[in-house]
Order: sequence, then structure tokens, then C-alpha cells
Amino acid sequence: MAYFLQQLINGVTLGATYGLIAIGYTMVYGIIGMINFAHGDIYMIGAFISLVGFMLLATFGITSVPLAFFLVLVFAMFFTGVYGWTVERVAYRPLRHAPRLAPLISAIGVSIVLQNFVQLSQGARVKPLQPMIRGAYEVYNDGSFQVTISYLQIMIIVLTLALMLAFTLMIRFTSLGRAQRAAAQDMTMAALLGVNVDRTISATFVIGAMLAAVAGLMVTLYYGVIDFYIGFIVGIKAFTAAVLGGIGSLPGAMLGGMLIGLIEAFWSGYFSIEYKDVAAFSILVFVLIFRPTGLLGRPEIEKV
Amino acid sequence: MLKIRGLRSGYGRIEALHGIDLDVPEGEIVSLIGANGAGKSTLLMTVCGNPRATAGEILFNGRDITQLPTHEIARAGLAHAPEGRRIFSRMSVGENLQTGAIVADPKFYNEDLERVLVLFPRLKERLHQRGGTLSGGEQQMLAIARALMSRPRLLLLDEPSLGLAPLVTKQLFTNIAEINKADGMTILLVEQNAFQALKLATTAHIIVNGRIELSGTGAALLKDPAVREAYLEGAGPKLEAGS
Ligand SMILES: Nc1ncnc2c1ncn2[C@@H]1O[C@H](COP(=O)(O)OP(=O)(O)O)[C@@H](O)[C@H]1O
Ligand SMILES: [Mg+2]
Repeated sequence: MAYFLQQLINGVTLGATYGLIAIGYTMVYGIIGMINFAHGDIYMIGAFISLVGFMLLATFGITSVPLAFFLVLVFAMFFTGVYGWTVERVAYRPLRHAPRLAPLISAIGVSIVLQNFVQLSQGARVKPLQPMIRGAYEVYNDGSFQVTISYLQIMIIVLTLALMLAFTLMIRFTSLGRAQRAAAQDMTMAALLGVNVDRTISATFVIGAMLAAVAGLMVTLYYGVIDFYIGFIVGIKAFTAAVLGGIGSLPGAMLGGMLIGLIEAFWSGYFSIEYKDVAAFSILVFVLIFRPTGLLGRPEIEKV
Repeated sequence: MLKIRGLRSGYGRIEALHGIDLDVPEGEIVSLIGANGAGKSTLLMTVCGNPRATAGEILFNGRDITQLPTHEIARAGLAHAPEGRRIFSRMSVGENLQTGAIVADPKFYNEDLERVLVLFPRLKERLHQRGGTLSGGEQQMLAIARALMSRPRLLLLDEPSLGLAPLVTKQLFTNIAEINKADGMTILLVEQNAFQALKLATTAHIIVNGRIELSGTGAALLKDPAVREAYLEGAGPKLEAGS
């Protein structure tokens, strides 16, 4: 029981970050019908920008943890957003009307470029980060096993939920959100009504990148190490989350992220930690075979 | 208000419009009739910049909009209720109307909403329903209402009666006449229902294979033997509405 509870807490923490990244996949797919395979690397860039942010703050002598965290959050969201914007402009927009395979290949190219760029500029070795937010809260103690939730975990979960809420409200009630939904359903009609479709698509990439940056920052803090290759595995897991939830569906991305996080936590807790990645990929295969529309997705209606 | 000169446009290498000249004077209803595939929808869409004109010019209130991006043409005061209605089926009726108001000044929103709901009371009952659940007639009303929400100077309507029952069609044409009279709205109307379209029109044009073949007042074209034979004979409003 205690052990189960502990895995649950770990799983929710992990799931929160997958959910944040999955939103980026699902949003871009929703609006331009393309899987942005470079999104995992945008997340990796977000993690590295966070690391750079912390190092900069250390050289400036800013040691207040909440202040440093806040500044890095803003810093990482901004610059990762710039990366997201640039990737769309350079790699996808010129191919907007090309056959579907072309942007896919372009995405893989972007992914390789970003990985090599970070590998060259930051080095191939694993980068450590000093733990900043220490301490934990004891949830439960049955004498032999102690269930804790660390302050960092609480922060990750709370921040993620707050962001997801803000994001959901944005999509539902703001004019940008309406423009995004309109463009996702019928780009031509949206343009006829005065939506600047190019700008809306840019905004979608920027928002997705910003959410991935938050995930990157939090995972950096959580695991304390990053390298240029983390975007690949995490990217595929978040992609799996988006597919599991139903690609194109925002609640689906959040739900899928949570499920993948939980499955991974329980798998590594009860079976074997070495094979934890296999769990996520097996799910991807099973979902694609048996329920390609995912849990909350709707059947694909061919666009006319 | 709208002045089109020597307009050519098409899809890829296939040209669908071979030099169109057309004027839509302020406050009038101009009807455009023609067979399937004549280029009516292409003309309206080209005015909106999609597809882009390959030659000629489009002046809207004296401003050259030929090369303007589609969303800026909407901003200039031109609203299009395109062929097939293109309602956002996963948005509520209210949200569809909100998307219509994107280019309008938000301070007029409540007033405009009130106005279109008076014009189309059916939409008021369905405000919170998803667009996709509406009947064909209701969707057409929504498409027109959505276009009106942008406070346009010129309204383009592409086959509003397509697929509607005769009674609904009749109601719809009454609404269109009302929009023109009450608000002084200028309308460019594309129709296969030639009888109704000619009855409503101050001026009408007949388009054949991407060229304007014949122009005149609505009343004159209604009497024209050639027009009667090609577009009206034996095909009263009822038969046309079903085709
Ligand atoms: N999206 C398109 N791609 C290629 N050709 C098209 C497209 N839409 C229309 N056409 C062609 O352009 C011509 C004019 O079509 P259209 O403007 O839709 O006619 P109408 O509205 O008068 O029925 C037709 O020959 C049609 O086949
Ligand atoms: Mg047509």
C-alpha cells in the first residue's frame, strides 16, 4: 500500500511533465495535421536553456531560490518559444502545401540539427545541476516504509495543473484560442473571417514550445542531469501520450501524459526499471493497432 | 463598391476565369447565375484572395485588394458566406458567431448579436448547440449571420439555397432581401436558383465557362427568351431547389 502510494506520487509527477509536452504535439497536429517530430528536441532545448539560465544567475550572484526559479522559468519559456517559432518559420511553413511526407522529413532534419547543435555547443557529456529545492513532506508511514512527496514534486504538479488550467481557459475563451480552433477546423474559412492563419500557427508553435520549456526546466530540476539526447526518449513518450489520449485532443494529451507517467512509474516500481521505456513504446504500438483515435479522440474525418 | 476588371484565376495550371469584368454598386443586390462549374465560386473566392488572381484587378471602394492576403480582405469590410456553408461544426452556434466578429470592433458585439438573432430567431434557440448538429437551413442561416457579424460593407453569398427545402429557401430569400433593404447591405449573390436570384437582383450576370455571357437588370433577364430556356424553363423554383 505504502509502496503503491509512493509510485502513484512519482507517476503523477512524471505524468505532469509528459502531459505538458504532449500538448505541443497535439496542438500542432490539430492545426496543421502534422506530427512535429522535433518537439522532443524543443523540450531538450528548454532544459538546456534552463541550465544556462541557472548558471547565468549564479554568476550574477542571485541565490534566492524562488527568484532564481521564476527568472529561469521566464527566460527558458521565452527563448524556447523563439526556437519553436523559428523551427516553424524555417522548416515547416515553406512546406505548408507540399505533400505530407515533406514536412515529416523536415521535422526529422530539424531534430538532428537541434541535437547536434546542443552536442557541439554544450558538449556531449551529461550535465549535472545542483539540487535547488530540497526537502520533502511525509505523507504516510507504516513503520517500515515511508511515503514522501518532495517539495519539488509538489511544485511540479501544482505548476503543471495551473498551466494546464490557464491553457485550457485560453483555448476556450480568448480570441487567440478561438482563432486556433477555427483554423484547426477549417483554415480557409478562418482566413475568410479575418484570422491571420500564419500568425495563429506561429502562436501555436510558440505556446507548445513554452510548455515544453517548463517541462524541460522541471525535469532538469527533478533528475538533476540532462544531455543532448533526452529529447528523443521523452519526446516519443509524450508523443505516445498524445496518441493514447487521442491526437488533436487537448484533454486527451493531458490524460494521456498522466497515464504514461503512471504506467512508467508502476512498471519500474513493480517490474523492472531497465525496461521502463519498453512499456511506453508497447502502449504506442497497441494504441495504434487497436484504437488509433485514442481515448478521447474522434474518428478521423477526411478533410475536403 | 466592388469593381472587377479583366480578372483571371484558376487552380494550378487550369484557368477557371478568363477575364471577368463586373461591378457591384453600393446598396444593390447583384446576382450571378450560371451552370455548375461555370466559375461562380471561383470568382467569389478570387475576390477574397484564394485562389489568387493571375491577371486583372479587384477594387473595393477604390482600394486595390487584388494582392491583399485573405484575412486582410476580410478586415477591409468584405464578408463571404462561401459554398458549402463551412460552419465550424465543433464550435457552438454562439462561438461561430464570435468567429464572425473577429474583424469587428468588440464594442458592437452585443448589438450585432442581437440584430442577427432577430433576423434569424432559430439561431437564438440553438445558441449553445454545436454547429454540426444544425439542420441544413439553420447552418445556412448561421453562415450568413456569421458573415454579418463582421459588419461588412459587402456581403458575398455563394448558393445559399443549395440543398434546402423549397419553404426554407423562400424564407431565406426573404431574409436576404431584408438584409439588403433594412441595413442597406450591398450583396453579391451567386445562385443556381435562377428564378429567385433574378427576382431579387438589381443587376444580374450570366456566367458561362469562366466568362460573363450576358448582363442586365434582373427583370430584363427574367424575360429574356435565351435565359428562360437555359436557366428557367420548366425549372421553377421548386425543381431548381432540389437539383
Ligand atoms: N479546388 C479546385 N481545384 C481544381 N479545380 C477546381 C477547384 N474548384 C473548382 N475547380 C474547377 O474550376 C471550375 C469552376 O468551378 P466553380 O468555380 O466551383 O464553379 P461553380 O461555382 O460555378 O459551380 C470548374 O471547372 C471546376 O472543376
Ligand atoms: Mg459553386
